[in-house]
Amino acid sequence: MERFAALLDALVYTRSRNAKLKLLADYLRETPDPDRGWALAALTDGLDFPAVKSSTIRNLMGERIDPVLWTLSRDYVGDSAETASLLWPNPEMLTEASPTVSEAVDALARMTRANVMTELPRLLDRLDAEGRYALLKLATGAMRIGISARLAKTAFAQAFDVSVEDVEEHWHGQEPPYLALFDWAAHGAAAPSSEDLPLFRPFMLAHPLEDAQLDLADYAAEWKWDGIRVQVVRVAGNTRVYSRSGDDISGTFPEIAAALQVDAVLDGELLVRGVHQGGEEGGAASFNALQQRLGRKLVSKKMLAEYPAFVRLYDALIVEGEDLRPLPWHERRAKLEALVARLDPEHFDLSAVIPAADFAELTAIRESARDNAIEGVMLKRRESPYVAGRKTGLWYKWKRDPLLIDCVLMYAQRGSGKRSSFYSDYTFGCWDGDPDSGAELLPVGKAYFGFTDEELKWLDRHVRNHTVNRFGPVRETDKSLVLEVAFDSVHLSKRHKSGLAMRFPRIHRIRMDKPAHEADRIETLKAMVRD
Amino acid sequence: MARDFSWIRPQPWGIHVVPADCWIDPSCPVDRALVTHGHADHARGGHGETVATPETLAIMKLRYATSEGAVPVAYRETLTLRGGVSATFIPAGHVLGSAQILLEHAGERIIVTGDFKRRPDPTCPPFEVTPCDVLITEATFGLPVFRHPPVEHEIAKLLAALAPNPERCVLVGAYALGKAQRLIAELRRAGHHDTIYLHGAMERMCQLYEELGVDLGELRLVSDSAKADLAGSVVIAPPSALNDRWSRRLPDPVTAMASGWMQVRQRARQRMVELPLVISDHADWDELTQTVIDVNPAETWITHGREEAMLRWCQLNQRKARALALVGYEDEDD
Repeated sequence: MERFAALLDALVYTRSRNAKLKLLADYLRETPDPDRGWALAALTDGLDFPAVKSSTIRNLMGERIDPVLWTLSRDYVGDSAETASLLWPNPEMLTEASPTVSEAVDALARMTRANVMTELPRLLDRLDAEGRYALLKLATGAMRIGISARLAKTAFAQAFDVSVEDVEEHWHGQEPPYLALFDWAAHGAAAPSSEDLPLFRPFMLAHPLEDAQLDLADYAAEWKWDGIRVQVVRVAGNTRVYSRSGDDISGTFPEIAAALQVDAVLDGELLVRGVHQGGEEGGAASFNALQQRLGRKLVSKKMLAEYPAFVRLYDALIVEGEDLRPLPWHERRAKLEALVARLDPEHFDLSAVIPAADFAELTAIRESARDNAIEGVMLKRRESPYVAGRKTGLWYKWKRDPLLIDCVLMYAQRGSGKRSSFYSDYTFGCWDGDPDSGAELLPVGKAYFGFTDEELKWLDRHVRNHTVNRFGPVRETDKSLVLEVAFDSVHLSKRHKSGLAMRFPRIHRIRMDKPAHEADRIETLKAMVRD
Repeated sequence: MARDFSWIRPQPWGIHVVPADCWIDPSCPVDRALVTHGHADHARGGHGETVATPETLAIMKLRYATSEGAVPVAYRETLTLRGGVSATFIPAGHVLGSAQILLEHAGERIIVTGDFKRRPDPTCPPFEVTPCDVLITEATFGLPVFRHPPVEHEIAKLLAALAPNPERCVLVGAYALGKAQRLIAELRRAGHHDTIYLHGAMERMCQLYEELGVDLGELRLVSDSAKADLAGSVVIAPPSALNDRWSRRLPDPVTAMASGWMQVRQRARQRMVELPLVISDHADWDELTQTVIDVNPAETWITHGREEAMLRWCQLNQRKARALALVGYEDEDD
């Protein structure tokens, strides 16, 4: 447990993604089975102990400390598990060896509501404060240390020098402590079998096109839709909807899961029906509409009716047991088209191929597409199999040119990690009327990338030399600097004072040449809304 | 007969010893001040007369560039003040020169602890338990979650962070008076005799400690050193310099901070600390409550810090207690 506790603490205090990956990878490589598997499950919320709830901690402490002192302590620390780990009396000497992670997991799994109040203290008495914190976090499942499933899988891949795509493929369907998975990755055993399970298959991803021109004889063009990429999987009557990172979001989109009646693994874009008819493609709303449905654990009937979701299909990986991934794109496409005809048209349609004769015509079609559900164009090599990850030369994304607006820098905050001494997070605004007749700036967005290292140094110095106010870590500047901000789209939002929310804003250029009163107004930004 | 100890009056800006007309740790200039220790929230400049230990006076001279009106008093030496009041300075174990002040008047004994700790500190004499009627105690870490681990444990953590990162340095944020020198002395005690590098703000205070007999070993200023020399070393800076431009000159520092607040994970995260070191010059909860038990006063008055929990503890233990609202003593950087 000491090693796991040290890992937890190190993860709490580490901000850089690479450093987190290294910590996790080292732990996974150096810790024996089954401890490392249990730890991995604990970090990715894969463990549940019904007898131990956060109220258990409160009740346990209620027997040991005055309630007023508990409340004062809990309020100060802000976390029940941490408070309890600090308040728990240190044993005079640790008489028994501290439990291993798997010993603790076994004991926690055996606990019942009837005996948890006597059994949990036995474990706590064998640990120091860091160990108690780790145990209580493990037991209640509230880690909150910023380890996503994707990060854990990447660390796993790094630890054993295997590809993250293979890890993703074999991970699903495995239960903690993932012995078969470690056997495969660490000791070269056969990969765990996964035939009868509705598993996630890693996505094929695209590179940005940049300035290249492609021959459409080799590449097929498709619209790139502005929803979320999903994989819908059905095996032996079990259906799952997976997000791009492999998270199971079936509960959020139950109508999609229910609608797939053929055993298949399909790749597509999840969209919400709306008034933004995509021309002949038809029927998708903007990303803003979809956002109403994201992240919900329970979906009301009202939500289902107001924001009906459907999947616009791009590709078929497996159909009725046949793995299509080794086939070239055009063969998969033919099979996908045949399959779509058999699917519920309310929940599945086909992402059309753009009928462009050559690249020049495609460029023209792309320019004229102002549909808000279209994010750009995809170019797919006609002879390419479906390969996990991002392989050069196979798929390209050619996003719509970003929208641009001139804003005024209003506030700045220091970044983290390598940028911790630089003011690198910028809040910027537009004028709410004519700046020469007393209009004010309203914040419209925040960005922390898009600039070069040199520009960052310049911006940092600008912020320091033009500070007029400080609010904790935030500096208010004298609002003299114009920043050209690039963004993908802008939407109406009740949560922001300006009534607008930008998607994916980044600093495009520093406009040292432009005086602040010539920056854009809110109305200009509002005219770019296509909700 | 009920005693009200009305000859001593706590005010928001200091503790007034009425018959002697002098103030303890006043936060504004007065004619006569008794000062417990040299930290800026207790020792202000501009008093007519300042009574303190010679070490505290030396620290104040360094900070305020004047020693006008300085009245040195040695530990355990009793000073007779006006109005039949006598004052005795007793070691408090907080920082070099720190003292509790015992005040006696009309057969009553009142102790103002100032800031104190009960743990051993190689840079100053230890706290002495002294019986009294009223104990006026600090409560900076007055919550039962604050239980400082042994300092050896934290020093080992610091040294362990050096070993695997020979190309990086460990940058420790530490209060320039007291914490920095204690940290250095504890590192030396743990057998770390390499050069320790300092932020410029630490230099004069470390020199003064050495002049006053505290051996700190080989020290150098970061500004006198090449970046490459700092790799694999301990660098000490005031907490405010940790995430500021100054730290850009260091080789990829591991950011550490030596403070009692580091006990709480979110506090450490807020300061962007990667390596929290729970090293405090204040008493933790166990030391605070043990001190009340050891001194066993008729009344306990609680000055600055988290006095609510201390009050509750006194109540649960049937001890008479009250909270005083003194301003300006919150110690964010300890």
